[in-house]
Amino acid sequence: MRRLILALGLLALVAIHAAAQPAGVRAEQPWARATAPRQTVGGMYVTLTSPVDDRLVGASSPVAGHAEVHEMTMEGNVMRMRELTGGLRLPAGKAVALAPGGLHLMLVDLKQPLAAGQVIPVQLRFEHAPPVDLQVRVAPVGAQGPGMEHAH
Amino acid sequence: MDRRRLLLLAPAGLLGAGLLGAAGWTMLHREEEGVPIGGPFRLRAGDGREITDAEFRGRWMLVYFGYTHCPDACPTALQDIANALDSLGPEAKRKVAVLFITVDPERDTPAVMQDYVSAFDAGITGLSGTPEQIAVAAKAYRVYYAKHPKAGGNYDMDHSSIIYVMNPRGRFAANFTHETPPDAIAAKLRALMA
Repeated sequence: MRRLILALGLLALVAIHAAAQPAGVRAEQPWARATAPRQTVGGMYVTLTSPVDDRLVGASSPVAGHAEVHEMTMEGNVMRMRELTGGLRLPAGKAVALAPGGLHLMLVDLKQPLAAGQVIPVQLRFEHAPPVDLQVRVAPVGAQGPGMEHAH
Repeated sequence: MDRRRLLLLAPAGLLGAGLLGAAGWTMLHREEEGVPIGGPFRLRAGDGREITDAEFRGRWMLVYFGYTHCPDACPTALQDIANALDSLGPEAKRKVAVLFITVDPERDTPAVMQDYVSAFDAGITGLSGTPEQIAVAAKAYRVYYAKHPKAGGNYDMDHSSIIYVMNPRGRFAANFTHETPPDAIAAKLRALMA
């Protein structure tokens, strides 16, 4: 009986702990672009939805030295790419798409080129929510989306 | 409409037509003379060979400036070009030379450029050179580029993201950005090359 109480107590503790954890960020349709030989950086994309206001503050992957959150903007015909050093704001309940032509994660100092079809592990870190581990499929070099709708 | 009003409007109409005509003439004239975009350059290919603009006379040229540490706009532009050329077919493809010129010669050696373009199935020529040679080429094409330093001694490049179409005489014919859909690029090229 004492054992049962102890077990129930432990269960309750686990439950309380789980409830106290901030709700997780949903990460959908992650994909990365294949890279050319000797290219040392690669772009990764994903759509993030957080139930509460949060911030994507970083990412890491065993295939890269480090990762940065980037925003690309066009001013006239000039392309500018900037690291969002303060992280990327994820307003509550709003799907924030990292997609070509705007936001991306840049995998820096790739240890080897990313090959189409390969799956790479990437961990996303947030200001509040627990980290999210992703298995990211690598799409062909010029792909514009995660699918295989590539023109070749 | 009464007659007087019509009479009053007629000169305005004439003036309008005249302006349109002048604009049309100017556009044609510019096409004929070539707006001063493009010009001589001397760069280096992946095999170490020196390449000048003269080498491409007789072929259409698609010229895009970018750099290999660019994970977004540059692959998009090059893939759009590759897709557009694919849809034009092999014969048209032979008439078009695609040049990807780096704005980051410090990191993009000729060999790095060649490796990079080889990932795209479009017979693209990747070109680098000395910083001075790159500056000459970029100036000819009115391409802006600037280093943007970031933490850790690294940097990104800001650069004009424009795909230039040059005719077989080396004159400017049209331009696109990396945001132009491949279909639109193909349609324009088809019309120009017809």
